[in-house]
Amino acid sequence: MDLRAPEPGGPAVTRGHILIDDVVKVYDPEGAAVMAVDHCSLDIDAGEICMIVGPSGCGKTTLLNAIAGFHDITSGTILLDGAVLCSKERPKAEPGPDRIVVFQNGALFPWKTNLDNVVFGPVMQGKLTPKEAVDKGRAMMADAGLAGVELNYPGEVSSGMRRRVEIVRALMNDPKVLLLDEPYRALDSLTKSVMHEALLEIYYKNKVTIFFITHDLEEAIFLGHKVAIMTTRPCKPKKVLTVDIPHPRDYGVLTSKRFRELIEETNDAVHEEALKAFQAGEKEG
Amino acid sequence: MATRLNKILTSSVFWRGVISIVLFLVLWELGARSKQWMAPEYFAPLKAFLGALGFKKDYLPWIGVVPAPSAVLAAWTDVLTSAGYWTSWYMSFFRVMGGFIAAMLIGIPFGLALAVSRTAYGTLFPTFEVLRPIPPLAWVPASIIFWPTQELSITFVTFLGAFYTIVINVLGGARSIDQRYFQAAQSMGSSSWDIFRRVILPGTLPSIVVGSAVGMGITWEVVVAAEMISGGGSQAAGGGGGLGFFIWNSYVGGSYEQIVVGMISIGIAGYLSSELLRALGKYVTPWLRVR
Repeated sequence: MDLRAPEPGGPAVTRGHILIDDVVKVYDPEGAAVMAVDHCSLDIDAGEICMIVGPSGCGKTTLLNAIAGFHDITSGTILLDGAVLCSKERPKAEPGPDRIVVFQNGALFPWKTNLDNVVFGPVMQGKLTPKEAVDKGRAMMADAGLAGVELNYPGEVSSGMRRRVEIVRALMNDPKVLLLDEPYRALDSLTKSVMHEALLEIYYKNKVTIFFITHDLEEAIFLGHKVAIMTTRPCKPKKVLTVDIPHPRDYGVLTSKRFRELIEETNDAVHEEALKAFQAGEKEG
Repeated sequence: MATRLNKILTSSVFWRGVISIVLFLVLWELGARSKQWMAPEYFAPLKAFLGALGFKKDYLPWIGVVPAPSAVLAAWTDVLTSAGYWTSWYMSFFRVMGGFIAAMLIGIPFGLALAVSRTAYGTLFPTFEVLRPIPPLAWVPASIIFWPTQELSITFVTFLGAFYTIVINVLGGARSIDQRYFQAAQSMGSSSWDIFRRVILPGTLPSIVVGSAVGMGITWEVVVAAEMISGGGSQAAGGGGGLGFFIWNSYVGGSYEQIVVGMISIGIAGYLSSELLRALGKYVTPWLRVR
């Protein structure tokens, strides 16, 4: 069943297929040998929103860092559209504008205005002239409801707006994949629900594959085509769920019967892992 | 502008500051004149008490021997017209700025080099750390021997005062830049040079500003002491040896009012330099203004 077919806007997405194949990551293999990711396999279709759910510190971010090229893996392979990003032979992927990370606490450059942040990528890569980048940046910001704050510094706008600026900055690079690392973690639940709809709206306009890490099950089911519930350290998919609620979605989904059923179906699995993580934490502490 | 002035004049913070300074001056004046108002008979018990504690009986301890602010003001108006006083200002400012600017020009690139290059850090930092604890004033004799002129040796010592602080701040600032900024810049296709120019440099600027402000303070401390020790450089010019020498000269000449004039002058000079730096700092880090 192709879930992306009935969505509005544009041709089907043909790029951004991620194949995580039997990836293992061991920290400090000579010494403590902590296994962070354990033979993890996951297939994320092009243009899909894949939500990775797991308790804090379970190893989700390790996986994201491997895709982004910030850290190496111990064995296994990660492919992007059939090309090897990293493998046992080449443990660390090269970071690039086709895979842009939106960080947990945000990584907008505080010394640049919002607009200067947004145009950073295309100008650095020489894809656009500064003038073209500014025009495109202004248009995209306006599209994301950010008109009027272009010349403000990130420190001058709300944290919700900062997240949106950062997503726009990421999209300006025309990436195949957006890697979001608990981007809404620090936001209050009201702002969060607004941000979810804003993200979907941006997504419907710019179809990219989204790899979204969270520990919030409701967020995961509300946003995702696919929800991968991960085991706690070492990390691998415990249960992969296809969310059969059609896109476009809005906050009304949150009260729908199907949404509650899906939560019920997965809640136990998430709770079990959270409990395990908690007990492990107690032992370590 | 008028509304801003109005706002200042009606703010309680401003008036609290004014009252604080006026109160300080009044107490100082009273203390300095204690010999006069303690003359009457009914202060005898207080005098006996002071005597019992081992102080001079006729006036309050410490403050009683300090020249009164009114006397200081009188002495100040006298020296305002003397060329020597203004030459002292000029000389000290010249030395401070010379040393300070040299410290910035050498210290900032040096600190950045230590931060970005492991090799530079490994080879230069140990030596730097051994030299750093040596107080700038301990360099005065060596400096007089090293440098051909008195002027250069004083400027060199003031340079040292700011140099270490600036380097340490730049190094610390560059090191504490969040890893995510580098990762983001790298993902978006920045070269090493781009990362240096667009991440490390602006990311370190706030620390450069802080380091400079602290360094400037130390520079004033050092220049005054260096002028006193080295005899003020060009004594021949007659009181043209800088504010430190001005104080020393007043002390030797027994003009206690002028000592205080010199001290307050240094206070004002230091304050002006800090304000100048603060304004410059705000100008180069506009994103910190808005919080």
